[in-house]
Amino acid sequence: MQPRPKEDVDHLAQLYREMLLIRRVEEESARGYAEGKIGGFLHLYIGQEAVAVGAIAAMKPEDYVVTTYRDHGIALAKGMPPRALMAELFGKATGCSKGLGGSMHMFDKEHNMLGGYGIVGGHIPLAAGVAFASKYRGDGRVTTCFFGDGAVSIGGFHEGVSLAALWKLPIVFVCENNEYSMGTPLSRSLSLEDTSQKALAYGIERDRFFADDVLEVERRFAEAIKRAREESKPTLIEVRTYRYRGHSMSDPAKYRTPAELEEHKKRDSLGRARAGLLEQGMAEARVDALEKSVEAEVADAIKFANESPEPTIDLLESTTYNGPFAY
Amino acid sequence: MARSVRFREALREAMTEEMERDERVFLMGEEVGYYNGAYKVSEGMLDKFGPKRVVDTPIAEAGFTGIGVGAAMVGLRPIIEFMTWNFSAVAFDQILNNAAKLRQMSGGQFDCPIVLRGPNASARQVGSQHSHAMEHMYATIPGLKVIAPAFPADAKGLLKTAIRDDNPVLVMESETLYGVKGDVPDGEHLVDLGKAQIVRPGKDITLVAYSRMTHVALEAAQALEKDGISAEVVDLRSLRPLDENTIVASVEKTHRLVIVHEGWPYGGVGAEITDRVQRLAFDALDGPILRVTTLDVPMPYNAKLEQACMPQADRIVSTVKRLFARGRA
Repeated sequence: MQPRPKEDVDHLAQLYREMLLIRRVEEESARGYAEGKIGGFLHLYIGQEAVAVGAIAAMKPEDYVVTTYRDHGIALAKGMPPRALMAELFGKATGCSKGLGGSMHMFDKEHNMLGGYGIVGGHIPLAAGVAFASKYRGDGRVTTCFFGDGAVSIGGFHEGVSLAALWKLPIVFVCENNEYSMGTPLSRSLSLEDTSQKALAYGIERDRFFADDVLEVERRFAEAIKRAREESKPTLIEVRTYRYRGHSMSDPAKYRTPAELEEHKKRDSLGRARAGLLEQGMAEARVDALEKSVEAEVADAIKFANESPEPTIDLLESTTYNGPFAY
Repeated sequence: MARSVRFREALREAMTEEMERDERVFLMGEEVGYYNGAYKVSEGMLDKFGPKRVVDTPIAEAGFTGIGVGAAMVGLRPIIEFMTWNFSAVAFDQILNNAAKLRQMSGGQFDCPIVLRGPNASARQVGSQHSHAMEHMYATIPGLKVIAPAFPADAKGLLKTAIRDDNPVLVMESETLYGVKGDVPDGEHLVDLGKAQIVRPGKDITLVAYSRMTHVALEAAQALEKDGISAEVVDLRSLRPLDENTIVASVEKTHRLVIVHEGWPYGGVGAEITDRVQRLAFDALDGPILRVTTLDVPMPYNAKLEQACMPQADRIVSTVKRLFARGRA
């Protein structure tokens, strides 16, 4: 029997809570960046929350995820505590990667979050390797590999998908099409409008849908994940989404109009989920309470990150090699 | 007891024994299975282990190197064969950005116990794109280990240790060494990484080499003996970690050092050793540290020009003599 998302109010409330947590963590990350508490690059997930939350809701805890440098939302959706994420952004020893990874490299072994990667497309063969290991061991796990529309032009995408198709690996490739490869619109970076058509060349299944409705995202992912788990067949999914912020914090997004952004915000998946909750009879007071609990969790994460110690230099050699340093 | 075994057979024994010992170990690469290996290193392994564990790949080095890294990250122990290390250039991102950095950027949560192996440096007239000595580029990267055996016994013992190592280990072999025979001890044979060996004792000069150049250095040492110069030959076996203690101890005895390797002279393993020895044994040196390397040009096809580019015994001899002439002057 096909796994169906639980379409009850509690389930939607849970997904709404996860999406709101991501959005609020990202907004506070932007603030932390402006205050100089976060350095380097910071790529926010605001606007794309339903992709991570819907996809991961369709997965089991033992399933693996691998993603790009826009990785905060996926890490949180996979179960990383906001404290560990915020502390990592602040470069603290209590961060998920002990402050050594930063915004682009969120790893959480306990929750099978296998990391954010900074080289576009470079993680796609790696994700196929994780799925290869599942097939080799017969452990029944599925790997979901996220990337942006900017990644489908690079070799790593093609080699990773090609090998996964050849060896029938239990993996779901997810192109989060947010319409822009940094500042370049898809129309100027790809000969196709629909990136899922790349699946045709590799003879694998494909799907394409909008991320407006998190329950629909979950339902569509469930099909691909079932195909991976039960038939060991890969799928390429294009989820059509939109990031509300620039590519990174240094990008004012002058390549698009405010009207375009406003048009997309009308389809906001959080607003839709919230309205759905009220429509389905959840009391406004309960929604408020849920939102307040998110605020408290985010505030706690920031406090934790602020108060945590920085990593010390003795950590460097032992994290570079397992065993004695090789010099 | 020991048996006389060819270099390629020694590598095959190492992989076979480790695959028998550990279900997590598998071999993947181009032509490793049905073709029995481009250089017959994996001959017979498909028959023995089947296609699940001896995996033929399409020509997609970035793809299958990445597959290896991902599989290693979640607990398998892949051996990835490059048909030659030259082709690893298109997988460089996987090695540099993923294999080498995973552990550190995950705060020590994930390991990458992968072995990457294949023939390296010049073969015979294979031209500029198939003659690279890639070890210099990889040995510079923290997070990796790099080994370069010269003899079948070390090839076997080091590869077995590499497969058991929890870090990425790169094994630099040589097409022109695959047929070379040498004694390999019977039974379990493991060699520690990071330990050089003195393959010929001497008192006047230290020649440091590795992989095929160890044999060329031994040839040069024989020639020097006729001229009354006693050369000690240090075979590094491992480039990272580098056994600086053995090098320094030898230089403290001989007071002179010539480093021999394939690959260009700009930077690289020879330059690294030069830096360490001048820091660690400055007072022991009676002359400058000299290097004998591939000439600073892409490798030409013409046989005579190729030989002229590669380090040869006579170039080592003349370099050593130059050092002694300077000493007398």
